Amino acid sequence: MSAKLKRRDVADALLAERRELLVVAGLGSTAWDCTAAGDHPLTFPLWGAMGQAAMIGLGLALAQPARRVLVITGDGEMLMGLGSLATIGVQKPGNLSVVVIDNERYGETGMQQTHTAHGVDLAAVARACGFAHAETVTSAQGLAPLRRAIHQRPGPNFAAVKVAAEKIGLVLPPRDGALLKARFRRALLGEAADQQ
Amino acid sequence: MTPDWPLEIHRTLSAAGVRLVGYVPDAGHKRLIELCHADGTMHAVTLTTEEEGIGLATGGWLAGERSVLLMQSSGVGNIINVLGTVRECRIPLPMLVTMRGEHGEFNPWQVPMGQATPAVLESMGVVVHRVHDAGQLGTAVDAALRLAYASYAAVAVLISQRIIGIKSFQEQAGQ
Repeated sequence: MSAKLKRRDVADALLAERRELLVVAGLGSTAWDCTAAGDHPLTFPLWGAMGQAAMIGLGLALAQPARRVLVITGDGEMLMGLGSLATIGVQKPGNLSVVVIDNERYGETGMQQTHTAHGVDLAAVARACGFAHAETVTSAQGLAPLRRAIHQRPGPNFAAVKVAAEKIGLVLPPRDGALLKARFRRALLGEAADQQ
Repeated sequence: MTPDWPLEIHRTLSAAGVRLVGYVPDAGHKRLIELCHADGTMHAVTLTTEEEGIGLATGGWLAGERSVLLMQSSGVGNIINVLGTVRECRIPLPMLVTMRGEHGEFNPWQVPMGQATPAVLESMGVVVHRVHDAGQLGTAVDAALRLAYASYAAVAVLISQRIIGIKSFQEQAGQ
């Protein structure tokens, strides 16, 4: 399919007025997208751990049931951790949303096609795993309702947002993992986090 | 008399304030898993692969909760790459690993990973504590938790097959 949505516009729309939202950004393009939308201490961008973004989101969601948690990741990253959709489907955290920005490509390694380019339907997988809501978004009209769902709708919510396969500039978050961890914990838990 | 080591470990986890328990089921951890599920202060999460437990623990620690990962030695092979994240981000990660492929193993397919387990963990920067005596497990787990949380380190307690004592397929099936 030839998607028209631009990935950076999707990240901008979903992270607008993010307020108390806790965000995990999957490695590669989605981490750059979230940084382009505005580097934030309550975003944990991954530089590795491919396949683990959704599980980090589950850990956050279980530990902070009063906060909304959003995982934004790519189709290649999600495909590497498909089992985590089953684990989340069993746990059913109402405060967790997983959004896959799906360009049907491995963007960091030469734009090779992922399985979603060949018909693998991630929303159908999430639905079959027990997510409360799972949808595929293909137009800009779907972004505002998705953003509202991320903030309000009992989950777990899943959305695959189909975007154009475009190669765009890198907007890099800090690289130091210990720094990214410490700033997230401080922003969420206060300075007491340093003494934990 | 054999000490009730799963109960001792559960008490130790509880006293340390562990709230998230990720696990891939293992016969050696059967009773501890049941104790964690029955504990209203703990969230026991069944995983499809041990790797998911590293993500769970990372997210939990970002949000201020202590976790532990329970698995069999074969699972160590599934977490090698993501142990790099734990080290880079300095996530406290205690792991309790029931050993296979060592003391009296009956399944030859368990032997390669079981024999490689300590070296694999150490090569990724994990502190390894080996325990061969059930009477020392409670103390060893307590020490591992203290080290992991005080030092923001990954620490594995390898629970010897001698303690678990499964000698045959029939015994395992009867667990």
